[in-house]
Amino acid sequence: MNYFADNYDVAIIGAGHAGIEAALVSAKLGCKSVIFTVSADWIGNMPCNPSIGGTAKGHLVRELDALGGEMGKAADATTLQSRMLNRGKGPAVHSLRAQIDRRAYSGYMKHAVELQKNLDVKQAEVTEIEKDGDNWKIITRLGATYICRAVILATGTFLGGKIFVGEVNYSSGPDGQFPADLLSDSLKKLGVPLRRFKTGTPARVARDSINFELTEEQPGDQKTVPFSFSTEENPKNTVMCHIAYTNDETKKVILENLHRSPLYAGEIEGVGPRYCPSIEDKMVRFADKQRHQLFIEPCGADTEEMYLQGMSSSLPEEVQIKFYRTIKGLENVKIIRNAYAIEYDCIDPINLQPTLELKDFAGLYGAGQFNGSSGYEEAAVQGFMAGVNAAHKIKGLEPLVLSRASSYIGTLIDDLVTKGCSDPYRMMTSRSEYRLLLRQDNADERLMPIGRELGLIDDNAWQSFCDRVALKEKEIERLRTTTLPPSDEINEMLVSRGTAPLNTGCKLDDLLRRPQLDYECLAPFDKGRPALPESVAEKVEIEIKYDGYIRRQQSQVDEMLRLEKQRIPENIDYDVVYGLRLEAKEKLNRVRPTNIGQASRISGVSPADVSVLIIHLEKKRQEKAND
Amino acid sequence: MSKSTIAAIATPLGDGGIGIIRISGDNAIAVGDKVFKSLSGKRLADLPGYSCLFGNTVNGTELIDQTVATVFRAPKSYTGEDVVELSVHGGRLILKKLLRAVCEQGAALAEAGEFSKRAFMNGKIDLTQAESIMGLISANSDSEFKMASGALRGRVSDEIEGIKDALVNLAAHIAVFADYPDEDLPELDPENFQKILNDIIAKLEKILASYDVGRVLREGISAAIVGKPNVGKSTLMNLLSGTARSIVTDVAGTTRDVIEETVTVGEITLRLADTAGIHSTDDTVEKVGVDLAKARIESSELVLAVFDQSASLDNEDLKLLDNIKNKKAIVILNKNDIGEQIDKNVFGDMPLVLISAKTGDGYEALASAIAKITSVAQLNPDAAVLGSERQRDCAKRALDASRFALDTMKQGISIDAVGVCLDDAVAALLELTGKRVTNEVSDEVFRHFCVGK
Repeated sequence: MNYFADNYDVAIIGAGHAGIEAALVSAKLGCKSVIFTVSADWIGNMPCNPSIGGTAKGHLVRELDALGGEMGKAADATTLQSRMLNRGKGPAVHSLRAQIDRRAYSGYMKHAVELQKNLDVKQAEVTEIEKDGDNWKIITRLGATYICRAVILATGTFLGGKIFVGEVNYSSGPDGQFPADLLSDSLKKLGVPLRRFKTGTPARVARDSINFELTEEQPGDQKTVPFSFSTEENPKNTVMCHIAYTNDETKKVILENLHRSPLYAGEIEGVGPRYCPSIEDKMVRFADKQRHQLFIEPCGADTEEMYLQGMSSSLPEEVQIKFYRTIKGLENVKIIRNAYAIEYDCIDPINLQPTLELKDFAGLYGAGQFNGSSGYEEAAVQGFMAGVNAAHKIKGLEPLVLSRASSYIGTLIDDLVTKGCSDPYRMMTSRSEYRLLLRQDNADERLMPIGRELGLIDDNAWQSFCDRVALKEKEIERLRTTTLPPSDEINEMLVSRGTAPLNTGCKLDDLLRRPQLDYECLAPFDKGRPALPESVAEKVEIEIKYDGYIRRQQSQVDEMLRLEKQRIPENIDYDVVYGLRLEAKEKLNRVRPTNIGQASRISGVSPADVSVLIIHLEKKRQEKAND
Repeated sequence: MSKSTIAAIATPLGDGGIGIIRISGDNAIAVGDKVFKSLSGKRLADLPGYSCLFGNTVNGTELIDQTVATVFRAPKSYTGEDVVELSVHGGRLILKKLLRAVCEQGAALAEAGEFSKRAFMNGKIDLTQAESIMGLISANSDSEFKMASGALRGRVSDEIEGIKDALVNLAAHIAVFADYPDEDLPELDPENFQKILNDIIAKLEKILASYDVGRVLREGISAAIVGKPNVGKSTLMNLLSGTARSIVTDVAGTTRDVIEETVTVGEITLRLADTAGIHSTDDTVEKVGVDLAKARIESSELVLAVFDQSASLDNEDLKLLDNIKNKKAIVILNKNDIGEQIDKNVFGDMPLVLISAKTGDGYEALASAIAKITSVAQLNPDAAVLGSERQRDCAKRALDASRFALDTMKQGISIDAVGVCLDDAVAALLELTGKRVTNEVSDEVFRHFCVGK
């Protein structure tokens, strides 16, 4: 029997990485909020890789932290091993990645949402959602009815979740939790256009069944750095990861059993992520490759479960046991949890506004896998943005939409809502055309002022940020104006590094720009150098060394922002725009871009179409002005 | 709204008396000051609107033409923005040269109808006018779009597509290397990488060169006939004008009269400047000496140097030879019916053509020598030829970015910086073919690399 339970400003369905950030920020912004989860034991669960960060994902975590999100702090508090990836490949692609204690992370996040003022946590399966005037009505399995002004769908793989292991398949959420099937039906009834995506995860195996002697070690960095700008102590490496390889025998077992894979048998209709193929997929698509690498990663400090990164599979359990055991070091491996593929309902994000509100359902927002993305970090940043925008709408404030030029967060959301996605979307550095500007080291400079404006950055964090920026600018100015005279000592160093000696004095910044030199090696000759925190010294070095390239990108950004400033009214009728090609009309009608910049990024809309559109808008504006 | 600065030739392309390059936008006056030097030393920046200066337009140190520069200050101009109009002599070559110089100083080439578009947006023209411009823009875009999307796939598109694919492939290598650091991927091979990049650069250079050859075919080439008095310049001129249609244009310039005569030799049109003297039968004018010819040699793309083969070379001949040694030049030996005294060895590798005024012999040989020296002879009729200054501009940007990428790589700067340059090159080529940037690089990554968790 249904009963009225409560009123809320914002209800968040799902307490994964998207839901948590959405709930925390909406509550912090003063909205009375509630977060629903199928199991209160599994708030902030990591049903796949026990790690946070990685290429481009590390950027997302730092950006989220700069805005006032929680993920970076939680990761720093529960890190088992930390590495800065791509150290040798240039500052644009430096990315932080940490192995995380999965249970500890979940515990941290559970406590964080419980402690948050304005936020209620409820273990309940939401089964129905319907319109209630300007509000939304949410009903749980037990009949509790909530009236909410906004709802954020952060349903992950729970929505219509279905697990596949060989010939066996059944309705299920991840990690043995039950799926949200009724909610899926309710959304369909409402008219939300759902489709199927799938993803997969490898087996977790018992540590003592692995012969680590036969594998390679992969240690953490000697000098670690935290994700969060407010974490003061650098995380410690307490575990070792290992690397192993598949071989001809592994390939043979997999190929012999390919017909038993639900994917190859055609039972899975969902589209899987291209970047995250199962091991059987890799064997088929890259038949020439001699071996495939896998990482053996601990799932926590107080568990013996080990994650086999790179070996996800939906083959039958017996085949899994057989092929895992072909791998050197895993000959006697014992599986604790089998690998599986999971299929779930989601939407094509082209149905979303840049605020992550559904275009056809005011007050309904999506975040994370529901929006067609993949990954904890991608989910978290969307949750945060959906939370901010839901709260702002309720409070009558301006929406927060980040530009592509400001962040990977802006790039991610713009990609999703402008281009849609045909497979689960993962963030990569190559997705950003401005990656020399959007570095992980300057996420604070790019976004902390916005976080401060939102009221999410406290005085201490803000002061420390302002100090860092001042120090950096002062030091860059000093390097630009200080001349180093030639001397035998410096010339000896220069020649030993393969660069030309000095005949006359040289400005420090000019020296630093030489590829053979770095900030550190100039220290002995640079008497006036102040003591700087490492993060500041790093920024100084990057900004001077890459100055030319940074300026190259900045000029592109300026051009793009010019187009972004030209807004397109929501009610524009593309059918009456004189001179637009048919294909452009169709695409524009589908995406309904909010500004000219976004319109110009839609494939199928040519530069000439954009010109025609600009003229049309201007004509309308002048007509209006004349009325 | 701040707008980028654009430029274009504002007068119809063809042989008019005066040609105008219009520059419009926030930096129009600054760009104008970079290519225009007034005789009085005043700068355009110092002028109020509706005023003009006389002087020269230059590309760096190279003189382009005598010029009248007119400044219009926003909003009192055609577009409603700051505008500079540079009025020069009406030759197509001069206008193109000047436009290129203006673009090198930071102006972007205006798209079709862009001046009018801006004029409309700034309230300078009315709706009816705007409607007709919109029709024009969309008509252009449709044909351009068809070209790009394959209905009329031109050879340029194919060739550019090939280069773009090679660039995308390199960018994908860098992307996968950066985005999947823990994968078991082969290391980047810098040597091979540089080889591919060099290859791309060579192809782009060739395409750009083809633009210049194509231009010779479309627009002709400026040429000068030089030689000391009485060697037979008139004979040559008669040979050229006698066998082909010759048009003499009397151009009333702002400062002096220029006679440009157009003759067609084989497939190529020669635009001969200052032919008045050559035509004249008056010996005093024929006596225009080698010293005076020097300026004409420098301003021409092709030199036809005439020598009398019945006499030995004297000092004046040798001086002329010295003046043309760095030019595209053809040596014309006249009077081959009288007898040979000349030492042909002094001409080295220069192409030689023998002509005879009396018999008219040598015309075919001259035509083929001109075709050869202007590369028109080598032009494969099926080769890709860039069709417009806009395409050339895109190809040039792609070339610059590719060179910058190679340079970055050679200097040992990290690969993310190389990637930035490659992205720029790819973007320029996509603009050339009218395609938009989609997810080219990441698609390539997934197609060719085995990556992922």
